[in-house]
Parts: sequence; C-alpha cells; structure tokens
Amino acid sequence: MTALWLALLVSAVGSYLLKLAGVSLPESILNHPKVQRVAQLLPVAMLSALVAVELFDKGGRYAVDWRTLAGVAAGVVALLLRRGFLAVFLIAIAVTALLRLVT
Amino acid sequence: MEEPLPERAAIVKAAIGIGLYAMAFGASFGAISVGSGLTLAQTMVLSLVMFTGASQFAFVGVATAGGSPLAAVPASLLLGVRNAFYGVPLSEILHPRGLARFWTAHFVIDETTAMAVTQATPRAQRYAFWATGLILFLLWQLGSLSGALIGRAVNPSDVGLDAAAPAVFLALLWPALRRPEARWVALGGAAVALALVPLTPPGIPVVAAAAVALVFGLRPSGGNDEQAPDREPT
Repeated sequence: MTALWLALLVSAVGSYLLKLAGVSLPESILNHPKVQRVAQLLPVAMLSALVAVELFDKGGRYAVDWRTLAGVAAGVVALLLRRGFLAVFLIAIAVTALLRLVT
Repeated sequence: MEEPLPERAAIVKAAIGIGLYAMAFGASFGAISVGSGLTLAQTMVLSLVMFTGASQFAFVGVATAGGSPLAAVPASLLLGVRNAFYGVPLSEILHPRGLARFWTAHFVIDETTAMAVTQATPRAQRYAFWATGLILFLLWQLGSLSGALIGRAVNPSDVGLDAAAPAVFLALLWPALRRPEARWVALGGAAVALALVPLTPPGIPVVAAAAVALVFGLRPSGGNDEQAPDREPT
C-alpha cells in the first residue's frame, strides 16, 4: 500500500471517528465553552492557512503565479458582492484560465 | 399511523436545494482531487468515507503539496474536529442508541446540523436531519464522480483549476469573518503558515496554523459568543 493510500484511509476513518465521538461522548466534555471556542476557530485558522499556502508556496519556497492570484482576487470580488459558492468558484477558474490563454 | 408532518414539503425542498449546491461543490472537489494527482478511486473513497467537504479539500491540498502525504492526516482531522461538536445538539434531537449511533454519525456534518437545529418540533428536526443527510450524501457522490471524470479529461491548469482550491477555501471561510475575533485568527493562521513555508516540510505550515486557534480560543478574556453552525458546506 502506498503512503498516499495509508494517509487517506487513516484520515477518512479518523474523520468518521470524530463524528462518532460527538454522538457518543458525554455532553459535559464537549460542552465546555473554551473547548467549543477552540473548535469554532480551528477551521478559520486552517482554511486561511490553506489559502495562503496554496497561493504563495511552491514546494517550500515563496512563489506566486499572478494569474492564479488574479483569479482568486476575482473570486473575492464575487464574495464581496455576496455571490454564492458556485459563482465564486466559476469566476476564479474562468479568470485564471482566460489570463493563461492570453499570456 | 402518525399524522403527516406539516413541514415535510418545505424541508425536502430546502434539502434538495442544499444537495444541488453540494453537488456543484462535490464536482469541484472531484476535479481538483484528480487534477492534483489522486486517482479516481482515492477521490471517491474520500467522498464516501470521509464525507466532510473542507477536510477532503485540505487532505488533497496537503497530501499533494510535495512532502509526505502523512502530513495531510492532522490537517484533515483538525478541520473535522467541529463535526464532533455537532454531536451535542444532534444527540439531543436524534437520541441515537446502540448500533444506530454508527450510521447516524456518518451524516453529522455542517448542513445536516444546520437544517436539524433550525426546525421547530423534534419530529421535524429528525426528519430534516435524515432528509438533508441522505439527499446530500447521494448528490455529493454524484458530484465528486462527475467532477473527477471531468478532471481526468482536461489539463487542470489550462482550465484555471489551480485557482479553485484557494477560492473554495476563501468561500468556506467567508461567513466566519463577520466576527472580528475570527478575522484576527484568520490573519494569524495565514501569517504562521507563510512564515513556516521555507522552514518546514510541506503540510506542516497548515497544521501549525491550528495553534493560533488554540491560543485565541483558550485565552482568559473569553467572549462567549456561541453561534449555530453556518449553513455553508465546510
């Protein structure tokens, strides 16, 4: 089995076990306000880190493809205009693809 | 015979709406996953077994970043921690006992929680959980599969798919940024990750960003702004 498959199966089963823990553990453990706050902020910190890394990390050194950046910036404009997920997604890839085509 | 549930039509309609949205989200996942180098089988195992969007995207992003794919394990699991917390309100609604726990747990995600907790009666809450969970599961798989097939047919960067992952992460993050505290955490997470890029193996910067949430969440001042889970699929 490759390392990728191993990582994938551990992550997938682990994600399920987290859900199972939620419906199985006594409520008192998960109801602690500080624990809940950390849980709420975890996706915020990590999604933001993922955006940064996807845009500016090329295998351990800083680099940026301005066409990708422009596409994501167009997606941000769509978010500011309160467009839904699908519009943001399509605008980001369309702008990037178009810029790549003409440059 | 039980009385027919008065909210039934409205719940099913809302669940189908969420499901269609999830299908598009799943299609983008499938395309990005295959475009990043995962096989069709690996993509579908993620959608079928992991079945929680943000963790799936994070897994693909970190596992294919060039370092050890094992770095994707903590990244995807830390993003899945919030699902455990959805178990608190959902256990009160569903009272899963014995074996039912095992299949109920699989459907504990953002959308089913949001749909269930916003219904007025316990019966409507249970119905909303299952209707949303089953419709969304089916459409998520269909979306992932069609996206993966499309992703195999085209060159991902030709169609701009390299912009899709960051755009999707931003869209997932967006609703949370209404809260000032969350904006600081987002900035901190990005700063920590970027600072570590040249110093650590790929994948580690994203995992390290979790420390920012830990520090902010545990600091003594403590706002107690509890909120219902967002409707956005994360």
